[in-house]
Amino acid sequence: MNSNTILNPIQFHLTVTRLCYELIENHDDFRNSAIIGLQPRGIYLVKRLKKELLSILGDVEIPVGTLDITFYRDDFRRRETPIAANKTEIDFIIEGKNVILVDDVFYTGRSIRAGLDAMLAFGRPKQVEMLTLIERKYSRQFPLQPDYIGKSVDSLTSQRVEVEWEEINGKDMVKLYTIDE
Amino acid sequence: MSELSVNHLLGIKQITKEDIQLIFDTTDHFKDVINRPIKKVPSLRDITIANLFFENSTRTRISFELAEKRLSADTINFSASSSSVKKGETLIDTVNNILSMKVDMIVMRHPEPGAAIFLAKHVNSRIINAGDGTHEHPTQALLDSYSIREKLGTVKGKKVLIVGDIIHSRVALSNIYALNMQGAEVCVCGPPTLIPKYIKELGVKVVYDLKKGLEWCDVAMMLRIQLERQNEKLFPSLREYAMLYGLNKKLLDSLKKEIIVMHPGPINRGVEITSDVADSKHAIILDQVENGVAIRMAILYLLASKIERA
Repeated sequence: MNSNTILNPIQFHLTVTRLCYELIENHDDFRNSAIIGLQPRGIYLVKRLKKELLSILGDVEIPVGTLDITFYRDDFRRRETPIAANKTEIDFIIEGKNVILVDDVFYTGRSIRAGLDAMLAFGRPKQVEMLTLIERKYSRQFPLQPDYIGKSVDSLTSQRVEVEWEEINGKDMVKLYTIDE
Repeated sequence: MSELSVNHLLGIKQITKEDIQLIFDTTDHFKDVINRPIKKVPSLRDITIANLFFENSTRTRISFELAEKRLSADTINFSASSSSVKKGETLIDTVNNILSMKVDMIVMRHPEPGAAIFLAKHVNSRIINAGDGTHEHPTQALLDSYSIREKLGTVKGKKVLIVGDIIHSRVALSNIYALNMQGAEVCVCGPPTLIPKYIKELGVKVVYDLKKGLEWCDVAMMLRIQLERQNEKLFPSLREYAMLYGLNKKLLDSLKKEIIVMHPGPINRGVEITSDVADSKHAIILDQVENGVAIRMAILYLLASKIERA
């Protein structure tokens, strides 16, 4: 399997910082906003965004949560083995809030479709936006687009995008894997 | 994620320790779901479930129906008293007729022990046993163990006393299997006429003195006297039973430790348990009912995930 680096650690850091400034432009001090990461991989990005936002904004309250979409997926009974559920932790009220849904990779749009469904079980937000670190272009299966994009990449269905995190893999990196013929 | 080792839930005897763990892990998530503002997930929206109750039930039937609805399944309800069973239709015919209307899963309560196993052998559907006579009531045992785990942190090593009509109780048998499998110690207590002769072969202790049993245990599971299943008099009177085997506040207070009190319902207040105990902080009877919905959601979800798509 070959791999190409999409983001190296320096580019990774710059990208996350830029996403934070874009969020601040639209959400000011996050008084009426909340960030929700999709389980399982979106939560690392949420943690990083919060850390970065706090270092820029200083002492502000940024509500963050995690959302599990297992029971809302559209591929139940279509997979070989069922997916294990993860924890949903939303300890704030999303009613009337500007919610930013976060996932590491935006691909077919199916996860975010399930995420929207899962989130609405908690109330009716004023507005929902979507943030992703990597957008895989030309692969959408639903008419959905992210509002904040770290980097867009062209990729084949047979390729795989993997986001690595310092806290798990030792380095912040994004790689594109190509399976050998 | 692993999946259940079985295609039906016929009894605790048929499942493994790993199955129980998977059911509990899944239940944790569903307990979360049923405490949300919108208590419903769309997972089973293409599944139809028939609830066949050949015997009376309030809690179990409502609990299953609620669990099914919260998973977005379509449900049909059937009770023997208002059906063609009265006209002489056999169980297999009744069920096959229902299945030909494109039903995917069957939840069944039946007065005959082994009815669920029989059905699983003869019809092509997923079967969940919601109580078969004096045999098993697996979902009750699972929700009981889950409630113990929730209250005491673990089931392993805990001492559980099951009190009352052991011989007629499917709740007792399923609980003995489930608790043993999870490493709990089980002791049964009741009048000798209500305790099966060979019960010790299941690896349980027997005690005939309620006070001694209570002093030993961490959890007391009080069972109802099943008068509907008794053809002969097995004890002199309900009053005498209540005096010797009923749990009252005085007895509970005389213990040197705190125990938790469970009851699968329906309660006969003043017989196996007095009102002041049933409504006390020791009792987790209503937690058991709440957990029942989440447990049944987990079982339905896990079994439905094994149904092949047409």
